[in-house]
Amino acid sequence: MAILLFADHDNAALSEQTAKTLTAASQIGGEVDILIAGQNAGGAAAEAASLAGVRSVILAEAEALEHRLAEPTAALIVALAADYDSIIAPATTTGKNVMPRVAALLDVMQISEVIEVVAADTFKRPIYAGNAIEVVQSTEAKTVLTVRTAGFAAAGAAEAAAPVKTVEATAEGADLSRFLENTLSQSDRPELNAAKIIVSGGRALGSDEKFRELLNPVADKLGAAVGASRAAVDSGYAPNDLQVGQTGKIVAPDLYVACGISGAIQHLAGMKDSKVIVAINTDEEAPIFQVADYGIVGDLFEILPEIERQL
Amino acid sequence: MKVLVPVKRVVDHNVKIRVKADGSGVDLANVKMSMNPFDEIAIEEAVRLKEAGTADEVIAVSVGPAQAQDVLRTALAMGADRAILITVDGAVEPLAVAKLLKGVVATEEPGLVILGKQAIDDDCNQTGQMLSALLGWSQATFASEIVLAGGKAKVTREVDGGLQAIEVALPAIVTADLRLNEPRYASLPNIMKAKKKPLDSKTPEDFGVTVAPRLSVLRVEEPAARTAGIKVGSVAELLDKLKTEAGVI
Ligand SMILES: Cc1cc2nc3c(=O)[nH]c(=O)nc-3n(C[C@H](O)[C@H](O)[C@H](O)COP(=O)(O)OP(=O)(O)OC[C@H]3O[C@@H](n4cnc5c(N)ncnc54)[C@H](O)[C@@H]3O)c2cc1C
Ligand SMILES: Nc1ncnc2c1ncn2[C@@H]1O[C@H](COP(=O)(O)O)[C@@H](O)[C@H]1O
Repeated sequence: MAILLFADHDNAALSEQTAKTLTAASQIGGEVDILIAGQNAGGAAAEAASLAGVRSVILAEAEALEHRLAEPTAALIVALAADYDSIIAPATTTGKNVMPRVAALLDVMQISEVIEVVAADTFKRPIYAGNAIEVVQSTEAKTVLTVRTAGFAAAGAAEAAAPVKTVEATAEGADLSRFLENTLSQSDRPELNAAKIIVSGGRALGSDEKFRELLNPVADKLGAAVGASRAAVDSGYAPNDLQVGQTGKIVAPDLYVACGISGAIQHLAGMKDSKVIVAINTDEEAPIFQVADYGIVGDLFEILPEIERQL
Repeated sequence: MKVLVPVKRVVDHNVKIRVKADGSGVDLANVKMSMNPFDEIAIEEAVRLKEAGTADEVIAVSVGPAQAQDVLRTALAMGADRAILITVDGAVEPLAVAKLLKGVVATEEPGLVILGKQAIDDDCNQTGQMLSALLGWSQATFASEIVLAGGKAKVTREVDGGLQAIEVALPAIVTADLRLNEPRYASLPNIMKAKKKPLDSKTPEDFGVTVAPRLSVLRVEEPAARTAGIKVGSVAELLDKLKTEAGVI
């Protein structure tokens, strides 16, 4: 068995989701090669080579790969696919964009958002916003999977770095799309996917000023990331990359504090695997309390400043 | 330019589904079904393109049982011009849907296909990307804004770190994210008018596609249950519990 892991990175550095996906790959079993597709991506390649359990790192650099646009990236992976039984990537927006394209070009069905490796060909994945778990077996010649990384620990460091091999990137598909610009959120806080504590706000915050004014001081004291419900994002209180849920980020921190969030199925889908959940809500019937370990019925405009004072 | 919009009939997003006790699947008997929410957004976007004069025809297509006619009628009531139902009983995997849609694209020759980013039943998030691959077209997934000009589409995409703008050559595949637009409600007169709009029926054989599944579902399980905890009376008590009982701060 050989496995190709399509890495998530920003050229300079590897994302932690790659190390978590490596753990899923080792559970499938077999030699794992990590593919770094990018431009000036030596930094990410070196980090990948230093992870434990990597046979080699494949570095493909080209202008069209700098932002891992779907068409040239999928063409590259397909060109490498013959040597592998399994192709795996974290279910990040890049993985979700590229991997189904790879699967279709190889004429195989993809298994999306794997949460558990049952056997080399059998996986668990959530359906219906996590309200049911499907156990699926692949009958395909190759398996193509994306991994929901929240449930996998990051692979550790290797004793000796794996070799980095450079391959020629095919230019195929490079004329179909063009990258224009990224508008990425800047923040000194931990990333949602990596944070141990998340303080999340919902529609109840009422404005972007209040959202920041109430959540940030508490998050700062706890060293926490800030999250949001869809209602908060749609109302412009928080940027889209903070959305937690079925269609946002799936998180599983040690502590998730839901402030003025009702607990719709789609929101729960993104956070109900957190170790400890705290809910602050004025409505004691709010569904969020059904999953919360500790609930406070009350006004977040009083409770959050009080938490900040007492921390 | 024609715009093609694939729409899926799924369990309504407000329904809390139940796993069958024997693990054979999800209980769908007498459950409210609706159009996949992302597909409503895709239809809305296509209809707006028509209203703006950029598109001249909007075609909705669904792969599913005879009852999927209902979601196609909804699409027609929202402003689609005609509809195609490819009748298949039982679940169809994204790869097979993409192959069927490729067949529809071959006959209809749309300049743009707008799909939803994911179906809220299988949560696959695959079909648009697969269709794009099979056609060799450009793809712009998770769109929160689409601007068409000069044979190209400028698409703003929702990505993990924020937003990304790309430009794709037409014809293209776009998948709709939640913030692309707010879909309209169909008015009663439009619902009446939709009943008279054309709805064609097809079968997978018409496209020479086999829809046999590639993955076998061994069983469907209940997710790990979470039980409600306790309500605390004060912030001091909360922080104490988090420190001493839960040990998370
Ligand atoms: C296809 C689809 C996908 C979706 N994906 C997502 C997703 O990824 N993530 C997501 O979050 N949602 C998602 N949603 C939306 C989801 O259904 C809910 O609409 C949304 O989560 C509601 O956000 P909310 O809890 O902030 O707002 P509301 O439901 O309006 O809840 C506000 C809560 O605040 C409480 N409150 C009010 N004032 C105060 C106060 N002063 N102090 C304390 N509490 C107060 C209220 O009691 C209420 O419980 C999706 C929906 C669809 C259809
Ligand atoms: N059976 C179907 N009929 C029509 N469109 C579909 C069907 N299945 C998926 N789609 C389209 O593909 C999108 C993504 O679905 P999925 O890949 O299953 O998550 C949906 O939002 C629809 O636009």
